[in-house]
Amino acid sequence: MRVLVAVKRVIDYNVKARVKSDHSGIDLANVKMSMNPFDEIAVEEAVRLKEKGVATEVVAVSIGPLQAQETLRTALAMGADRAILIDAGDRDLEPLSVAKVLRQMVAEEAPDLVVMGKQAIDGDNAATGQMLAALLDWPQAAFASDLAVAAGSATVTREVDGGLQTLELELPAVVTADLRLNEPRYASLPNIMKAKQKPLQVRELASIKVDVSPRLKVLKVAEPPVRAAGVIVESVADLVSQLKNKAGVL
Amino acid sequence: MAVLVIADHDNQSLKSATHKTVTAARKLSDEVDVLVAGASAVNVAAEAAGIAGVRKVLLAESNELGKVIAEAFEALVVPLAGGYDSVLTPATAQGKNISPRIAAKLDVALISDVIDIVDADTFVRPIYAGNALETVQSSDAKKIITVRSTAFAAAGEGGSAATEVVHISAPRRAARFVSEEAVKSSRPDLAGARVVVSGGRALGSAEEFRAVIEVLADRLGAAVGASRAAVDSGFAPNDSQVGQTGKVVAPELYLAVGISGAIQHLAGMKDSKVIVAINKDPDAPIFQVADYGLVADYKTAVPELMQQLGDLG
Repeated sequence: MRVLVAVKRVIDYNVKARVKSDHSGIDLANVKMSMNPFDEIAVEEAVRLKEKGVATEVVAVSIGPLQAQETLRTALAMGADRAILIDAGDRDLEPLSVAKVLRQMVAEEAPDLVVMGKQAIDGDNAATGQMLAALLDWPQAAFASDLAVAAGSATVTREVDGGLQTLELELPAVVTADLRLNEPRYASLPNIMKAKQKPLQVRELASIKVDVSPRLKVLKVAEPPVRAAGVIVESVADLVSQLKNKAGVL
Repeated sequence: MAVLVIADHDNQSLKSATHKTVTAARKLSDEVDVLVAGASAVNVAAEAAGIAGVRKVLLAESNELGKVIAEAFEALVVPLAGGYDSVLTPATAQGKNISPRIAAKLDVALISDVIDIVDADTFVRPIYAGNALETVQSSDAKKIITVRSTAFAAAGEGGSAATEVVHISAPRRAARFVSEEAVKSSRPDLAGARVVVSGGRALGSAEEFRAVIEVLADRLGAAVGASRAAVDSGFAPNDSQVGQTGKVVAPELYLAVGISGAIQHLAGMKDSKVIVAINKDPDAPIFQVADYGLVADYKTAVPELMQQLGDLG
């Protein structure tokens, strides 16, 4: 079976995002970018399915600027077989638009399973996977911490509030990866070199006949309110007294 | 301008996030209906009917709904949505699972994790792990919204809404419930607790986490939280993780023990009223958001704290 894995190029998770002074967005000039951490987990899971002999081909897809080719090369170095970049230029598409483009890719590639991260750490929407499942009328398992694929079905354990839930999905299906699904591998240097030879197709967003006009207009991006500076207390006694008498929370 | 709130509950009682989502819904409309979808959820519906400001409670029951299967919620909510201008869900694991699916079916954007409602079309939401707040204006006729419940006060009691049973058609069974494993806890629910005691990697082991963090939490009647490092190391269960990828909490008192304060963790707790940090590293980033910081080894500080709390009675 074929597995499609969707990856996004985002600000590196260790970088603190800075708001532009004109409040139009986040300053991404000269900021380190990486593959969204949840997407690394999704790629790892897809590659493991291939190593187990369950998947025959892993196709990585990204929608973003031309630099997202680096993100796809990372996926190829981790073990994906080929990659497709939908060149969207500087546009950061909304989850609904991304889901629509991915639906088109699913129609062309006919995968049995789509794996993607549970959320991107820039928009923090946690929506695209569920939206894709809805558009395709496929079953979904969001926030997966365990995935087992057998003939025609996937058994997925999901992280829910208060514990874990296990579902069985008829394939084809969409699964979004939570943190605990696996520990993504590092791409070795030989694999990074080999990845340069793997096929990476670049396509214009306009060649995918999908309406990607935004539904949400960003009016302003602002810094969150700054907390008043705290105090360093000298002792536990001091701490208890402050909490009791000053803060009134004990 | 009617609004539908999808209740979050465990088939026994409502989660407090539902009451808070009703408060958000009331900012949009005076006509707020609450949908209780579950299995044997009559008592939950009665509880929802008692929330002040609720016009009507819709009760829909099936096994799939009881297990929060997203496909069953889609089949239920999409036809109902025709009668509403907005559908709101708390941004809990349940709401995040079902709302995007419903939005895509209706061909509208999802407006997720809303912390403020400016007007019927304009919302504020955190992005980049809470390092920025985005104000967005929706051009969709219908709004599908998840609400960050810690940003809204709970709606009061005293309502007396009527309950109406919703007929549901049998869903296509492409997803089947297999099993669930609940983490049993006698402590308050993390998301709604007044006090949260959280531990990090410094605790070193699950035994130490139990002996220090859980004992202190019990002394304070607090919920137990954990950093991602503590969860990944197996010191604490996954569902106790506080942060960008875990739960977002805003208690009156957040006590962080042995947590350095990575940006992903801060995203989950920096709206707490009072933050206390106990850490032996004076340069730990947690001290930048703490109202009260104690630079000390938790091994000496926590027993001393327990003792002083004991003296308080």
